[in-house]
Amino acid sequence: MTELPKARIATASLAGCFGCHMALLDIDERLIELMKLVEFDRSPLTDIKTFSHRCDIGIIEGGCCNEENVHVLRDFRRNCDILIGIGQCAIMGGLPAMRNAIMHSDEPLRECLEEAFITGRYIRNTTHNIPNDPALPLLLDEVYACSEVVEMDYHIPGCAPTGDVIYETLSSLLAGKFRGFEKEKIRFD
Amino acid sequence: MHVTDTQLTQASNWPDVVGICETYANDPHRMLDILRAIQDRYRHISQEAMEVVARQTGLSKIAVEGVASFYAFLSSDPKGRITIRLCDDIVDRFAGLTEIVEAFESELGIRMDETSPDGTFSLEYTPCIGMCDQAPAAMVNDVILTHLTPEKVREIVARLKSGERPEDLISHRFDELSPRERADRMVDGNIRHAGAVLLGPVPEDAGLKASLNLTPAQIIDTVEASGLRGCGGAGFSAGRKWRFAAETDAERRFIICNADEGEPGTFKDRVLLTERPHLLVEGMTIAARAVGAREGIIYLRGEYVYLRELIEEVLADRRERGLLGDRILGEDGFDFDIRLQMGAGAYVCGEEGALISSCEGLPGEPKTRPPYPVTRGYLGFPTVVNNVETLCHVARILDRGSKWFFGMGTEGSHGTKLFSVSGDCRNPGVYELPYGHSVAELLEMAGGEEAAAVLVGGPSGTMIARDTFDRKLTFDDLATGGAIVVFSRERNILEIVEYYMSFFVHESCGYCTPCRVGNVFLQKAVGKFRKGLANQADIEYLRDLSATIIETSRCGLGMTSPNPILSTLENFPLVYSAMVKPSKDRTRATFDIQSAISDARHLAKRRSYIFDRDFGE
Repeated sequence: MTELPKARIATASLAGCFGCHMALLDIDERLIELMKLVEFDRSPLTDIKTFSHRCDIGIIEGGCCNEENVHVLRDFRRNCDILIGIGQCAIMGGLPAMRNAIMHSDEPLRECLEEAFITGRYIRNTTHNIPNDPALPLLLDEVYACSEVVEMDYHIPGCAPTGDVIYETLSSLLAGKFRGFEKEKIRFD
Repeated sequence: MHVTDTQLTQASNWPDVVGICETYANDPHRMLDILRAIQDRYRHISQEAMEVVARQTGLSKIAVEGVASFYAFLSSDPKGRITIRLCDDIVDRFAGLTEIVEAFESELGIRMDETSPDGTFSLEYTPCIGMCDQAPAAMVNDVILTHLTPEKVREIVARLKSGERPEDLISHRFDELSPRERADRMVDGNIRHAGAVLLGPVPEDAGLKASLNLTPAQIIDTVEASGLRGCGGAGFSAGRKWRFAAETDAERRFIICNADEGEPGTFKDRVLLTERPHLLVEGMTIAARAVGAREGIIYLRGEYVYLRELIEEVLADRRERGLLGDRILGEDGFDFDIRLQMGAGAYVCGEEGALISSCEGLPGEPKTRPPYPVTRGYLGFPTVVNNVETLCHVARILDRGSKWFFGMGTEGSHGTKLFSVSGDCRNPGVYELPYGHSVAELLEMAGGEEAAAVLVGGPSGTMIARDTFDRKLTFDDLATGGAIVVFSRERNILEIVEYYMSFFVHESCGYCTPCRVGNVFLQKAVGKFRKGLANQADIEYLRDLSATIIETSRCGLGMTSPNPILSTLENFPLVYSAMVKPSKDRTRATFDIQSAISDARHLAKRRSYIFDRDFGE
């Protein structure tokens, strides 16, 4: 008896809070069913840092706030057949994109960093410096949605999406039967 | 309300403000007049002045501030004694606005949006002031200057600096001139083609006299039978509008003339107000008789303040001759009078609900419909709001009969229409033509045969390309309030679209989020196309967002503001697709990582270890 080859899935969290990765675990015991169909490649869940093979599905949490996010996202696009954005940060920048609202300034990025590290009312930063370790990736001028940087195939909305929606989307995609979301499942009010 | 000592002191410190309020009987509905007068007197409306106004009119200060901050011609910061407003329409830009701006800036030593340190001059932009046929144009206080050139600007500034008044720029005998002469010296008439109804010979008050032989119901029947439709753009049957107002039970009714001609590229009402003011008032008087109104308002846009005296003179003259006031033409019970309401620089006030709000002394925000103004309008009473041109037509229809008018034009679009033609053509000006001419025919008359694009109906209308110049100027094909803006092949369609979107961003009253925010997003998205940073999905985005704005805005501004984009997407699709950058390896070529990290590179004073190839070498 020949077994079907398992689908390969890679995941990454860019400018996100890891909440969407946590939501992935909200699939609960269905994870066992899922694991019969897939194996994880590059992912924080496996701690694999680079692609070992081309993947069928890439799952992206978070938008792009720094150059490393862009680099990783492009790497995913080149190595995955289908790219899925998961959660509002990936879809539209989400909470980190609040800094895009600093627009009436000549140097919005400087203003943002100064408030975050030096002038903010609740800051206790004894060094009075903005962190600038050479290992820190450079920030982008704005926070970008993933679809502004690469073409995305699907988006799973939510903050974070429910385990149900994630499971149903993945399993129907794997079965080649994904036809969009049921309205009630992606209603949050 | 508890009045503190400090407030009393303030009032006595501002006797003029108190005086101004008293001129208008401390009536909060006259707030716009009060604030305009304060602005003229002090060149700004200070917080203290607002407090005094609030107390005089019995409103809260925030209510006064809400009005003062809404209108472009009112300001809380002191403006110069001489405020120069340059018309920033796209037609003016193409006619050399940049050079005019440079000349003003260098001669005055201030930049745009600044006031000179001695408080003499302010320099600012203002949207279309209705002078597209004689661009570039500017307002200097209440004086209009047209056909500006850098040389003229240098002379103008020199004369103003030497102590001459703006009025002296028009004539040294300005004070001796009649209002009509003043208007003529400032602004060219530019009537290029007179039609049978409005701009040809017009007998005096023949329509009004004819209406005396008819009952109000017969007048309405006549107007309805003539097929006359509103000339402001929407094209609603004038007779039906009157009928609704007449049938509504009420103690008072109002006739309002909408002379807030703000659609960029439109200036036909300017010509009518100058050439046919009596005809307009005659039409209003007939409308008053038809619907049973005793009070009327002419709402004149702030930019046309130079016509104020002319209209006031006409009203006074007609009162004297028994054509306005009590017992008009000796007819018992036929009482009607008109007041002139000046606007203060807000495009949205051309929308009838916003116009009524503005007349009521409120910020010019549209009202929720229904109820429509014909049942609950000004101060809650049935109100007929008609465009200048519509009311002029009425007077002629009563004179010559509905059949005469109905016989002109085409099925569904009867009579004649004034077209304001401007832009890249040899004979810009006003053309009165029966409905049904093609755009090509009008272009031939105006000397614009070489046009590459024509905007029919202003930015809220339709932009068409050469292949459809045979389309007809009727309500059923290309409906227009009168604006025809001609663009030659040198013009950049996307620049035009981006300009008009910036216009709507500026003029949105801000009440509905889709209009307030959505238009900003649309403008940004068009900017992406212009910079070559758009991808295929952005075309869909433009369409989606436009549909949302149209569907969810409550007034005509939001319902038409995406039109510059939608009509160019439809009629100039190649302009957009030419600017789209396809993806490579499914990564967006439109995302420029180098420019995205350049700020951070500068701030961190280091290079990128990922994207700077020579990093570490």
